[in-house]
Amino acid sequence: MTGHHHGSGRGGFVENSIQGLHAAMDRALYAEQNASAKGLLQLLDPRVKVAALAGFILVSAVTSKLWVVAAVLLVATSLAALSRISLWIVATRVWLPTITFSGVLAIPAIVLTPAGFGLTATAQGLRTAGMLLLRAEAAATLALVLVFTTPWTHVLKALRMFRVPVVFVVILGMTCRYIMLLLETAHEMFESRKSRTVGPLTRGEQRRVAILSAGALLSRTLQLSNEVYLAMQARGFRGEVFILDDFRMTNPDWMAVAASVSLCVTLVWAGH
Amino acid sequence: MLYEVDHLTYRYEGTCALHDLSLSIPDGTRVALLGANGSGKSTLLRLLDGLYFGDTGSIAFRGQQLTEKRFSEDEFAFAFRREVGLVFQNPDSQLFNPTVFDEVAFSPLQMRWPKAEIRERVMETLDWLRIGHLKDRAPQRLSGGEKKRVALASVLVLDPAVLLLDEPTAGLDPRSQGQLIDLLIQWGGGAKSVVIATHDLGDLKDTVDRCYVLDSGALAAEGSPGDILDDRELLERSNLVHRHRHSHGSEEFHSHPHVHTRE
Repeated sequence: MTGHHHGSGRGGFVENSIQGLHAAMDRALYAEQNASAKGLLQLLDPRVKVAALAGFILVSAVTSKLWVVAAVLLVATSLAALSRISLWIVATRVWLPTITFSGVLAIPAIVLTPAGFGLTATAQGLRTAGMLLLRAEAAATLALVLVFTTPWTHVLKALRMFRVPVVFVVILGMTCRYIMLLLETAHEMFESRKSRTVGPLTRGEQRRVAILSAGALLSRTLQLSNEVYLAMQARGFRGEVFILDDFRMTNPDWMAVAASVSLCVTLVWAGH
Repeated sequence: MLYEVDHLTYRYEGTCALHDLSLSIPDGTRVALLGANGSGKSTLLRLLDGLYFGDTGSIAFRGQQLTEKRFSEDEFAFAFRREVGLVFQNPDSQLFNPTVFDEVAFSPLQMRWPKAEIRERVMETLDWLRIGHLKDRAPQRLSGGEKKRVALASVLVLDPAVLLLDEPTAGLDPRSQGQLIDLLIQWGGGAKSVVIATHDLGDLKDTVDRCYVLDSGALAAEGSPGDILDDRELLERSNLVHRHRHSHGSEEFHSHPHVHTRE
């Protein structure tokens, strides 16, 4: 399917959720425009990006200092800006959703005291909640920076080159591919249903349609996955997958490796 | 003989998809399997590609029986897959790799070709099909015509001796259909074996040497494209043509057999 752009629509909960999921997956997996922009990270080898961003996530996970995590978030935000990713996008697609979901988890921590739950916020509780939120924000921003500056295919290849088992990488790739296909099929089914429906459906009718659609969708998916397996067999697949590794390290890549390693070590050392 | 199908019967989920089918396909010929939807063409292609195996009867490829046991042997399976390529009707089932380049490189990689040769052959094939500029794109993001070309490239990259095509022009606009047919006519300098499953009767005379008409899983007729296309009764009986009702400006309607071609 060629790139769909779905509006918010006026469908039911299931339909809107599918549209939202589809749009999010589409943005994440096929952010070709961002990945081909002339920014800092777009110039680097995907392996360097995967390793460096994983390194920064690790630093924020192992440190016990709030300022170190804040520094990692600052690095992530700077990388986003230097890679021509709009901060508005970072704010609306990462910071806001992350603070909403992590905030729910962090609220109890605010009133947590060494002796248990109290009625007022404690300094320790606020620190724990802040740490949780900042870590989540830093990791999510780094993930967005990676996905927005690297074609998804290159991320998968880079994982393979870090000796992540072939089966895992292939399954990850195909899973994403088929989640997209599943969402596209579901979206088409809803559109087709809408074109044959006059007037809004009641909640009960919407639920019934959703259940019937889920059954039809499952059947189609199974049929398609069987076809894919046959197509793989027809092209010589015998249970083992081979891939081409065609990345080349250049001077900017080595410089980026040196900079990332130095920064990670400095942050860990300073926060120790 | 390239293929010899002998009294083949194949059942799928309780339905008899092919019944007591016998036919022979000589090496180096271009053959069309004609039939309406559900006539068993796609099933026969999959049997010819060793993806399905018959319940009774047999299929021999260059004198060797195609059985599950033979395909469990790596040597035979690789040699057969190297020789025979199948292009599926729905390109979405055939395109599962991250980029067009990876998609086309999939088969040579499975055949363990040297990587430098793979890169060269992939680019040659993409350029030949005029889709070299798409090499870094995700196959799933392409148009229908582009997807078909990528699916074709993913099979032609091995330069197989036999090409099995399931409804190659289905869902394409007339221009893409014409371009695809031209490419198939040029492929291998016209010396390769091609089996096309289709219900599209346009261009048959230019593209194939022989036709087999399938009806409800059985062989209804075989002959040259000219003989088959001239047999209106056979075409109507096999649902390859239909009676077309229309008027010529007046209020009176009349009907006559109607063939769908691309012209």
